[in-house]
This record gives sequence, structure tokens and C-alpha cells, in this order.
Amino acid sequence: MRVVIAEDHALLRDGLIRLLEAHDFQVVEAVDNGPRLVPALVEHRPDVAVVDVRLPPTFTDEGLKAAIEARRQVPNLPILVLSQYVEQLYARELLTGGGGAVGYLLKDRVSNVADFLDSVRRVAGGGTAMDPDVIGQLLARNTRDEPISRLTPRESEVLGLMAEGRSNAAIAAALFVTEKAVSKHTNNIFAKLDLPPSEDDNRRVMAVLTYLSSR
Amino acid sequence: MTMTQAPPQAPMRFPRLAQPFIALFLAVLAELGIAFFVLNVVAVPLIAVWVGIPLLLVFVPCVRWFANCHRTLFGAITGTEIPRPYKKPPLPGILMWLRTTLSDPATWRDIAWLLANAVVGFVLTLVSAVFFFTTAFYLIYPLLVGVTPHGVFDEPFGGLITLSFWQSFGMVPLGLVAFLIWYAVGERLLKADAALGRSLLGPTESAKLAIRVRELSESRAETVDTQAAELRRIERDLHDGAQARLAALSMNLGMAEEMVSRDPAQAAALLTEARESASTALSELRDLVRGIHPPVLADRGLEGAVKALALTCPFKVDVTIELPGRPPAPVESAAYFAVAEALANIVKHSAATTAWIQITHESERLHILVGDDGVGGATVRPGGGLHGIERRLNAFDGTLTVASPTGGPTTVIMELPCESSSLKITPSSGTA
Repeated sequence: MRVVIAEDHALLRDGLIRLLEAHDFQVVEAVDNGPRLVPALVEHRPDVAVVDVRLPPTFTDEGLKAAIEARRQVPNLPILVLSQYVEQLYARELLTGGGGAVGYLLKDRVSNVADFLDSVRRVAGGGTAMDPDVIGQLLARNTRDEPISRLTPRESEVLGLMAEGRSNAAIAAALFVTEKAVSKHTNNIFAKLDLPPSEDDNRRVMAVLTYLSSR
Repeated sequence: MTMTQAPPQAPMRFPRLAQPFIALFLAVLAELGIAFFVLNVVAVPLIAVWVGIPLLLVFVPCVRWFANCHRTLFGAITGTEIPRPYKKPPLPGILMWLRTTLSDPATWRDIAWLLANAVVGFVLTLVSAVFFFTTAFYLIYPLLVGVTPHGVFDEPFGGLITLSFWQSFGMVPLGLVAFLIWYAVGERLLKADAALGRSLLGPTESAKLAIRVRELSESRAETVDTQAAELRRIERDLHDGAQARLAALSMNLGMAEEMVSRDPAQAAALLTEARESASTALSELRDLVRGIHPPVLADRGLEGAVKALALTCPFKVDVTIELPGRPPAPVESAAYFAVAEALANIVKHSAATTAWIQITHESERLHILVGDDGVGGATVRPGGGLHGIERRLNAFDGTLTVASPTGGPTTVIMELPCESSSLKITPSSGTA
């Protein structure tokens, strides 16, 4: 799988390259600043890009902006954004383009190699990988009269994992239940949140996130 | 008479019809002021024989009270507040008070004003009132002639002429003339009186500077305290949190290194533990950074940061922000933390279901309104969240006003000076 990396910190960049190459990814280009990122993405059209939010020259949200711009030029270009902190605003902006193939994770998550690689592969495959922190914040927003407060604790848990971008099988594995039980929960959630059920993983996550963040 | 202090065309806060009565009232007070003037002038030389001291202890506060009443009244007439210019004694004690008071130019300006007010002020206010009452008098003149006996009102101008009831109607136009004069100059005379008061009762340039210096040193002391407390908190958080965790982490790594050949399973467990403590340390550092300067504020400025803040609230928050550019970093940061604290208060105490934030820039000030539909009853208490905001804003000469009747809704109004010239044009965000 071909990867483009954007990370200004040399140690982290080398670490990411080493990590990904050790797991059968091919790093086609690694850039260390924002302006070079968009052309690199448009030129290589990698299977997935791993992008740091904060990049030179402005050291603000250069990486995020480049990612959004690249996805405007190459629709559905899979991009996994890494950041020192997570911000719902950014998650929303990434998802606003529509389609899946985006991820937004805390940099710390890289240290859990298996999970991180799973996220990269999920994004490359057109799925989503949202940081549990983003999902946690969204789920914490349930106030008295919101439909989301009607969910049982188990259903909230399933919704959280679902929103991170996991498939029913992955949710079943994470919660030690059968896939059938998960799909039952999923249907209940959709019913309670007035969302039409869909087989498409992306659309389901999109729907949930859009619903949660557009209140 | 100087009119320099009077702002151009400030609106009068009294209705027109109330003005003659206020003018009359001021004229009476102006003459009462003579008593205060005399008492003070007599008391000062009596200090030499000690009797003056108790006299001044009584009279000076009386004069100040009298002057303060006029400051309020004049402030309402000219539409701008007159600040109180008195010096505070640096140390407690009667003699210290006396020394400060006697050396305070404001004391002598008060007394000068009493005299000027009794002469010039009296004339100005009386004339202003007289035209109005003349109007009333001549408009009902025939009636007065009709109901009063011969020789009371029917011989105007000192008995030069005698009018019959029907002839007395000829005097009514005088009422109209008086009305026109009153309409033209009545308010101006009152304002002139207020301007005279302002020129003597308001602080002089040096008194203004002294007041400003006092305010600034108070707010600087507060800022320094707050900053020091903040640094202590950061030091403690780093020391007890991230530093300790990183120490444990390196210890775990050392043990794992030593154990890796002997007991690989144990080493793996230690490595897992090390990874976990690294990620906890990172998340603690993240929280700390957020508390110092939120990254989203650095990235997106006040607008983005406040929107991001609104997104994390457990209820609906409407955000309206109209800024021509980015305020200077310290102002931006103060505004952000003020909004964050106000929102945190709402989350904690208000039981609100919706809230709204409005930020605008008008007449060189940043206006921030944070409102909610909660239970109300919010007050500024020492040590409370709102007091914290107040202190933060004070450092920038900002103000905080809370309108929160019991039962709600609550509105917190915050203002920060922010000159247009200091606003930076926001780089257009390329995000869609």
C-alpha cells in the first residue's frame, strides 16, 4: 500500500516511516511542510496519507487545510489526520466533504501499533477512523431532552464504536458479543435516533456524526 | 467659563418639562451652598487654634457629599459621568486624612465651585427657570387678572399702566415670547451650569492621571498575583503529573531492558505499562497546554476557538461573531478564557437548555455577551467563577456586568478595550 506522510518533526517522521514500512506499506513521499503537501498528494495519489495537523510555515492547522484542499481536488482521497489534540470542529470539517476515507486521531494512538495500523488500513479502505476522544465528547453531549439520552448504556457503547468507524464484526469482537447482537443494537440505535438503517459503514458513521454535531 | 470638558451634544437625560423644575431646584441649592462655603472658609484659619480641625472633619465631608450630589445631577444633564477626583489618604488616621484633604486640589476646587455656583450658577439656573415660569404666568394672565382683586395683577410694569380684564389679553403674546426664549436657551443655560460644575468638580488633568495610575497599579498587582498563581499551578501540575509519569516510564523501560533476555514475558508487560504511562503523560500535558493557550485558539483565532468551545457544550449554543480581524493575542486569550469560564458556569449551575454567545467590535471595544435560559441568580462572589473573569478582564481595563434575576435568564456582558488599528486581518481559511 502506498503512503504519503506529512510530519514536520524529524523523529516522529522517521518513526512513522519505520513503523509503516515494517508493516508492508510503501512510503512514496514524506514531506515536512504544508505547501508541499497538496502537490505531493495530487501527484502520487497514495492509497492513504498520514498527515500532521500542525505544519510549517504557519504552525497552525496547515495540515488539516491541505488535507481538505487535496480531497477537494481528488475526491475521496484517503487521509488520516494526526494531531497532538483533538477538536470536534476539525473532525466536523474533515467529514463535511462527504464520503468516508478520513480519519482523525490523537498522535498518542500511534503507540498502540496494532490499533493504529488497523485505523490506517480502515481509512485506506474507504472507512473512517475517529478518535475515541472525539466520540466521547460527542456522546457526553446528551442532555435531558435529546433522543440520544434514550439509548441504553450498551447502545451508547455500540454507537461510540460505530462512530469510530468500526464494522459490526469489530464491535462484536471489542465487546465480546456476537455479531448478531451488535446488529440488533445497531438497529435499535437507528430507530431511536430516527436514522434510516444502511449497509454502508461510511454513511452510517457520517449520519451519526452529522446528527450529533449539527444540533 | 470653560466648556472644554463638556462633550459635544451629549443627550440630556431629563425630559424638557422637568428641566425648569430641576433648574429651580439647582438655584435653591446654589444658595444653600453659600452656607457650606462660609463654614469651610471660616474653619480653615481656625485650625491654628485647633477648633478648626473638628469643624473641618464635619464640613469637608458635607461639602463632598453636596458636591457628589451635584456631580450625579450634572452627569445626568450633560450625559457623561463626572468622576470623583478626591485623593485617598495613604495611611489611616485623622491627621493624615486632614493633611491629604487640605493638600488635595479637589478640596479647594470644591470650595471655589461653591462660590462660583452661588453666583454664576445661580443666575444661569434661575434665568433658565424664570423664562419657563414667565411663560406660564403670561399665558394665564387674563385669568389671574379676573380672579384677583383690583391692584394685584392688573397694574403690570410697576403700576405704570392699568389693564382691564379684556385688555389683559394683550399680555398673552408676552407668554409666547417667553416660551420661545425658554425653548431656545433654557436647556443651554442648564447645560452651561452643568459645564461650569464639571470644569471645577471634575478631576484636573493631573488628578485624572493620578486616578489612572491608581487603577493601573491595582490592576497590575492583581495581574501579577494571578500570573504567579497560574505559574505555581503549572509547576505543580507538571511536577506531580507528567514529570512523575515520565520518571516512572523511564524506570519501567530500564527494567524491561534489563529483563528482556531473562524474562521476555515480564519485559513485554513492563513495556505495555510504559506505553500506557507515556500516553497518560501526554494527555496530562495536553490538558495543561489547553489551560495555558488552547491550540485551537492559536490555529483559528477567537472565532474558531469559541465555536469549538460551543461544540463541546452539553446543550445547544448559538454563536454569532462579527469581528473585522483578529484582536491582539493577549486580548484574544483573555476574551477566550472569559467565554470559556462563563460557559463552564452555565454548564455547572444554570440547568440551561440553550445558550448563546455574541461577540462584536464597536467603538474601539470588544463586546462579548454570553446568555442562557437557565435558572438565573448568578452573582459575582469573591473566589467564584465570575469574579475570576472580572479579574482577568480588569487587567485589560475590561468590565463585566451580570444580569441574572432569580428564575433567569442570565446574561453576562463583558467588554474589553480593543482598538481597531490593533486588529489583524484574518487570513482567509481555506477550509470549506
